[in-house]
Amino acid sequence: MSNPVAAIGARALYFVEETGRLAVFAAHVGGAALRRPLRLQRFLDEVFYLGVLSLIIICVCGVAVGAVLGLQGYNTLERFGATDSLGTVVGLSLIRELGPVLTALLTTGRAGSATTAEIGTMVATEQLDGLRMMSIDPMHYVVMPKALAMIFVMPLLSALFIVCGIAGGYLVGVYWGVDPGSYLTGLESSITFRDDVVGSFIKALCFGVLVGLIATYRGFTSAPTSQGVSAATTTTVVEASVAILVFDYFITALWGV
Amino acid sequence: MKRNQTRDVAVGLFVLAGFAAIAYLSLQLGGLKIPADETISVFADFDEIGGLRPRAPVVISGVQVGQVDRIDLSDDYRARVFLALDAALELPVDTSASIVTSGVLGDRYVSMQLGGDDRYLEDGDEIEFVESAVILERLIGKLIHDANLDSEE
Repeated sequence: MSNPVAAIGARALYFVEETGRLAVFAAHVGGAALRRPLRLQRFLDEVFYLGVLSLIIICVCGVAVGAVLGLQGYNTLERFGATDSLGTVVGLSLIRELGPVLTALLTTGRAGSATTAEIGTMVATEQLDGLRMMSIDPMHYVVMPKALAMIFVMPLLSALFIVCGIAGGYLVGVYWGVDPGSYLTGLESSITFRDDVVGSFIKALCFGVLVGLIATYRGFTSAPTSQGVSAATTTTVVEASVAILVFDYFITALWGV
Repeated sequence: MKRNQTRDVAVGLFVLAGFAAIAYLSLQLGGLKIPADETISVFADFDEIGGLRPRAPVVISGVQVGQVDRIDLSDDYRARVFLALDAALELPVDTSASIVTSGVLGDRYVSMQLGGDDRYLEDGDEIEFVESAVILERLIGKLIHDANLDSEE
């Protein structure tokens, strides 16, 4: 590391290489998804682990975020005597931004890290090699169902998060004296299907792809040691979180959602 | 291999709840209609629309009967506002449309006053009688101008 310029160059090259490897990995996962058998049971198991077991954290956080939005929004809007707009504030911020992003970050911590650790442990204990010995492609049996399940559950979790958040904002707002009817009317009149709901869905889907691919890729390529597995898990959380926030900006900038 | 029945039920419930949430967001909050409501499209040319935007409500006596579909500039540089109205309504052709504001600084919407003609508006028709939006700043500016003239006399 005597030459800092060389260090920067090496970093940049490493980043490009990793992105390329991730893209090749994604193509392999996509190819595996097209091959028979469908591995439907494996897929459903993963939906259970990634989706159903994330439900509690998603719903609790959704209500909490909606409640704090309701409180902050109420205090700010009250200065202008515009507390009737609380539904608009809570609904739009949840649907367009907070719902998909926070769901993806929570799911990364809750399910993405577990996915990496599980696959990494399988690498370390040579279970994937065992599958290969039985001529079962681990890409097809282990990786593909996990990645697809992540892509599948993300929009569902995001929608549930948003609904819980709207309910949380409703509870706080109505407690502080916002008219329930104007809260709901504010939601209905400001949220449009084509711009807001579809955009939110696209965001959640993109984040599902990112988290699913990064988590499985990091697990699959983790070093076969306990240190390697822990490093891979950390990398998943860091990379997925950064990727979510960076992609969030570009999705918003390019498609205006 | 025996499947874990409880787990499959949990997955099923989760998927149903997720789709119910998406349906609530799309249909109830997003205003998506399946099948789409029968509407007719009429247009009206205004000199000034103020802050009127697409999806603003169209009301008769305060009851919403449609919404602003889109807003273009007509050939003679007036604002052409396309309204999507409930097809079941029978509106006389001399019905008038005005752009009003809810409250002093609230959102703009279109209010319609029924006419007395026995012919009814049909899809693609123009509403001839219009009343443009009142711009508060211009009104105040005019008031101050008049007051200045008075004091000079």
